Amino acid sequence: MKQAPMSLRRRLVLQLLGIAAVLAILLYLTVRTVANSAAEATQDGVLGAATMAIAERLQGGDTGVSLDLPYEAFSILGSISDDRIFYRVDANGETLTGYADLPLPRHAAPSVEPVFFSDFYREFAVRIAVTNRAVLVNRQPILVTVAVAQTRQGQEAIAQRTANLAAAIGLAAFALAALLSMLTAGSVLGPINRLADAVGRRGPHDLRAVDHPSPEELRPLVTSLNGFIARLRGALSRTETFIAEAAHHIRTPLATVRARAEIALRQSEADETRETMRAVIRAVEESSRSASQLLDHATVVYRSDRLADGPVDLSKLLQGLARSHGPTAELRDLTISVSGADCPVTVQGDRLLLESALRNLIDNAIKYSPPETEIALSLAARDGKAVIAVRDRGRGLGGRSQPELARRFVRGANVDDVVGSGLGLTIVEEVAEIHGGSFLLTERKGGGTCAELVLPLR
Amino acid sequence: MRFLLVEDNPELSCSVADRLRLDGHAVDSAASLSEARDCLAAAGYDLILLDISLPDGDGRDFLKSERRAGRDTPIIVMTARAAVSDRVDVLDLGADDYVTKPFDFAELEARCRAVLRRRGSALQTVRAFAGLTFNPLTATLTIGPETRELRNRELRLFEILLSAPDRIFSKAHLCDRLFSYAEAVTDNAIEVYVGRLRRKLEGSGARIETVRGIGYRLVAE
Repeated sequence: MKQAPMSLRRRLVLQLLGIAAVLAILLYLTVRTVANSAAEATQDGVLGAATMAIAERLQGGDTGVSLDLPYEAFSILGSISDDRIFYRVDANGETLTGYADLPLPRHAAPSVEPVFFSDFYREFAVRIAVTNRAVLVNRQPILVTVAVAQTRQGQEAIAQRTANLAAAIGLAAFALAALLSMLTAGSVLGPINRLADAVGRRGPHDLRAVDHPSPEELRPLVTSLNGFIARLRGALSRTETFIAEAAHHIRTPLATVRARAEIALRQSEADETRETMRAVIRAVEESSRSASQLLDHATVVYRSDRLADGPVDLSKLLQGLARSHGPTAELRDLTISVSGADCPVTVQGDRLLLESALRNLIDNAIKYSPPETEIALSLAARDGKAVIAVRDRGRGLGGRSQPELARRFVRGANVDDVVGSGLGLTIVEEVAEIHGGSFLLTERKGGGTCAELVLPLR
Repeated sequence: MRFLLVEDNPELSCSVADRLRLDGHAVDSAASLSEARDCLAAAGYDLILLDISLPDGDGRDFLKSERRAGRDTPIIVMTARAAVSDRVDVLDLGADDYVTKPFDFAELEARCRAVLRRRGSALQTVRAFAGLTFNPLTATLTIGPETRELRNRELRLFEILLSAPDRIFSKAHLCDRLFSYAEAVTDNAIEVYVGRLRRKLEGSGARIETVRGIGYRLVAE
């Protein structure tokens, strides 16, 4: 099984965080280095000054070099930290005063300007400044080396503080970058999410082209999506045409069969022949009904993508349907009553689909009603909804639930020998859904079925 | 009733015409729109049964031109396409009604009657028999000063019996004509309707006689 690739958002955030981490570490190192070298320069400055101050006090004479140690030089050093101080003054390679084992630079050329270096002395890390002076002794120049060392604890403490500060700055920068990367990921992925939302929100029958505004990068995706939709629509349209054609070609010969069968039935006296003819007529009826409903169903599926979205007056529609079903109902001594259809109740929708749904409901009521009962059609507008109810005194739902009955080709357990295709309620439910309404099928009090189509009034 | 049947499929046309004649109607057949126009020019019809796809044109155009010319013979369209849009179309174009092929002849007749009733047709269908007058369009029996309404099945039962007084109609035959083939009914179901019709005929000279083991017949006393 292929693993789903990482989400774009996570990928983007992780990459941005990686970059932020590298930048934060660089920032940390830079701050630390700069601060350390600044602290070192401070120490060097003071050490250099102290060394120079000692060197100033060197005096030559006839017998040797004399030095009057300037204690203020040491107090300058003491002023910047509590670090320990060591010194050493050499003349001609011999230590005049101080710590004779204080390290001196091994290869440095003698210079008047102080030379600085770091080393270890008596287990301390020290910074040492060294300067040289030529002192005349007996008119002979003698090279005197002055070295002053200071332990680096103070500087290390400063360095530690700077490092902490640098780390804090680095972390803060990282946190800020993380926040910004989330925001960036959100804004970059926004159009994708909005497009996905817009596509996801569509109903199952919505085959309109996607015209959601999308950035250039997503346009190829939208274009190919629309291509698919168009091809699907084409396929559906061809299917509808095909079914219509098929229905046409099947219906004409069926009509002949039916007429002939009725004639034969009328003229025959033999019971066997009559039974056969009845079976033929029933079969014809069944196939023609199935053909109609398949076509209706295809129409519903096909039309739902380009819904003729206009105002439909339900009261007029209901009255028209009551009138057109009148003769069929009359044949079984059924009466159709209409209530609540005196003034217009207008919904937004597709007249043909709504008519198809209501026709199926009324057909069902007529089929399943016992003779000499009433089929009550009612229309009401309440709570922003139009409710059309078809109530009969038929055999009810026979214990089956609405979702079951509305499934394709499923019929009630109590249909007995009534001809039907099992598509009628599927059509009604789909039409209700397409119009953002609902369809409710309940047992009617006192026997029968109550079918309610609820549509939003807009 | 006198029908003009406009249908190009010869077998269907022949079968439908035969079937309608069985119920005692007069039928002229036309296989094309031009034939239909010839028939209309030569005779008057109570109703036109019109197919949509015909060799020399679309039935809907014929429908439009008839209505535009102010000729208002009732037209029932026979459609085979049965798409919702087709049904709505023909009504908008001025058809009085439509039936979908293959149609139930009982339903076709009921629709014809409804159309004629709606049109307030001047069709002279009132029949007199043994002291009663019967109007199938309004579904009424008039006996002396009294007018009684018949329900649809009573009406059709009486129509059948009245079509051939004294002739015996079997229960099976009457069932076939009264009930749809999709309904499962026993022959005895007819007895209910015979009983009701008998009560409505009381006071007239007409009587429904039971011929034991065979069926019923309408007789005048």
